[in-house]
Amino acid sequence: MTVEKPARELNRDAPLVLGIETSCDETGIGIVRGRTLLANVISSSMEEHARYGGVVPEVAARAHLEAMAPALRQAVAEAGIQLSDIDAVAVTSGPGLAGALMVGVGAAKALAISLDKPLFAVNHLVGHVGADVLGEEGPLEYPTIALLVSGGHTSLLLVRDLVSDVELLGETIDDAAGEAFDKVARVLGMPYPGGPHIDRLAASGDPKAIRFPRGLSQPKDMAAHRYDFSFSGLKTSVARWVEIRRDAGEEIPLADVAASFREAVADILLTKAIAACRDHDVPRLLLGGGVVANARIRELAALKCSEAGVTLRVPPLALCTDNGAMIAAVASELIMAGAAPSGMNFGADSTLPVTTIQVT
Amino acid sequence: MILAIDTSAGTSVAVVDDGRILAEHSVADTMRHAEVVGSLILECLASAGIAAAEVTAVVAGMGPGPFTGLRVGIAAAEAFSVGAGIPLLPMVSHDGIAAAHFETGTQSAITVVTDARRRELYWSTYSGLNANGLPERVSGPNLAKAGEVPTVVLGISPLLVNATEVPAGALAVVAERLLSTGHAFERYEALYLRSPDITLSNGPKRVVQ
Ligand SMILES: [Zn+2]
Repeated sequence: MTVEKPARELNRDAPLVLGIETSCDETGIGIVRGRTLLANVISSSMEEHARYGGVVPEVAARAHLEAMAPALRQAVAEAGIQLSDIDAVAVTSGPGLAGALMVGVGAAKALAISLDKPLFAVNHLVGHVGADVLGEEGPLEYPTIALLVSGGHTSLLLVRDLVSDVELLGETIDDAAGEAFDKVARVLGMPYPGGPHIDRLAASGDPKAIRFPRGLSQPKDMAAHRYDFSFSGLKTSVARWVEIRRDAGEEIPLADVAASFREAVADILLTKAIAACRDHDVPRLLLGGGVVANARIRELAALKCSEAGVTLRVPPLALCTDNGAMIAAVASELIMAGAAPSGMNFGADSTLPVTTIQVT
Repeated sequence: MILAIDTSAGTSVAVVDDGRILAEHSVADTMRHAEVVGSLILECLASAGIAAAEVTAVVAGMGPGPFTGLRVGIAAAEAFSVGAGIPLLPMVSHDGIAAAHFETGTQSAITVVTDARRRELYWSTYSGLNANGLPERVSGPNLAKAGEVPTVVLGISPLLVNATEVPAGALAVVAERLLSTGHAFERYEALYLRSPDITLSNGPKRVVQ
C-alpha cells in the first residue's frame, strides 16, 4: 500500500522543521531551523480538565482537534515563514494518550502530503531531551542522564546520543510524579493542577516537619528497582496523615504537609538521578517535563549536582512542558544526522519505548 | 479538484473533479485510521494523476462517527487545507451514503444507519434528491439505541439503509454540487453526538477506613 515517491534532496544543514505534539493535554506546534527556535505555540486544555481533577483523555483529544488549525497558523505567523518554506514535518508518534496522539498523526501526515515534504515520526520522551538543543547553553554533551518528570511520565534515561542511543534506566511503576502532586493537592483541598499550588503552599512550610516515605529506596527495592520510582505509597501516606488528624479535629498544618511532601518527591527524584550519574560515570544531568517548574526540584537539583560534581542543564520552562518545538528539534537532529523520513504507515503508539527514537 | 477524507466508519479518501470520481481508495478497518490515512491520500493523488498542489478544496466528513477514528480524518482534512491554503468543506458523512444510494436509481425516502458502538446507532433520514441533485436530509444526524431507530419519520416510512462504509467519492460529489450551487456548508464541528465519558469525582477517596 506504500506509494513510492522519488527521493528528494533534503536540506541537512539547518533544516526548517515544523513539529506537532498532541500526546497529552497540550496541542504544541513548534518551528525550528536547525537548532534555532523560531516558534513555540502551545494551546492547553488544562482548564477543561480542572473540574475533573486530572486529564480526561476524550476531552484532551477533542481539544486537540479544535486547536490544531489555529495553532498551525499562529506558529507559521510567529516564525515569520511560509509553510511552503519548510523542509520537513515532525510529529509525536508516542508514548502518550492514544486518541490524542492520533489527532497529531492524522494532521501531520496530511500536512506533509499537502506540502510534498518528508515526515518524521518521533518519540515524545526523546523530544523532552531534544528540547535542550534549542536552549541558549550551547550543544548538549553526551553522554547525559536525563530526568523527565511530568503529569504523564517519570523517567530516568541514559542518553549516549540523541538520535541513535537512548536507554531507559528506570521509570515510575505506578503514578507519575506530577499525578502525585495533583492527588495530594486534592487531599489538601486545592484545585488541579496541583503542582503550582503545592509549590506556593510549601514555600512557607517546613520540609522536615513530617518524614514521608521515599518510594523504592529501601535496600530490598534497590536491587530490582534501582532507578524506578513509586509515588503511590507516598500519596497514600500523605492522605492517611491528613485524615487521621482531621478525624481527630486537629488543624492541618497545610504548609508543612505540602513542604514535606514536596521534599519527599524532590529527594527521591534527585537521589536516584544522581545515583544514575555516579553509577554510569556521567557528569551531566538534564531535567525535562512540566514538573521542572517546581522551585524545590530545581533548587535541590542544583544543590545535589554541585555536591556530586555533575553539570546540570534545565531548558527554559516553555520547552520543558510538552511542546511541538522539541519534536521539531529531534527531527532536525535526525535530518542533520542523515536519517531517512518515516514513511506514511506509522500510527500512534501509546507505549512507544524510549529506545525507539524515530518510528519508521 | 476536490480531495475528500472520511474516517467516520472505516477510512475513505477520494479525488473528485467536475462530478467525476477520479480516485477512491478505502480501508474498512475501523481501528487503523491513523495508520492508513496518509497512504490513502497518496494513492488517490497518484491514481488521479494529480499533484497535491492541484487540489482546490478539501472535504472533511464530520461524522457522525465514533470519537477516536472520526477525529483522524477531520484533523487530516483540516491540516491539508491549511498546508495547501485551500478551503475546508465540512460535510455530514451520512450525506455521502445517501448520495451513493440515490445514485443507484431508487428515489424513495431512506434512513441511513451506521454503527455508533456501545449498542447504539447513528441515523439520518433523507426524503430523496432535491432539484439540485442533492440528498435532502429531513432528520439527523441522530443517535439511538440499537432497535430504537424510528420506523416512521415525519409521517414517512423510510427504507433502512445500513452502511458500514462512507464513500468519500460520493461525499465529495455532493460537496462539489453544494459549492457550485452556492449552498452553505455544515458548521465546522465534529459530530460526536455524545458527551465524553466522565464521572465527576466527589473529592478524594478516604484511605483510612
Ligand atoms: Zn511530556
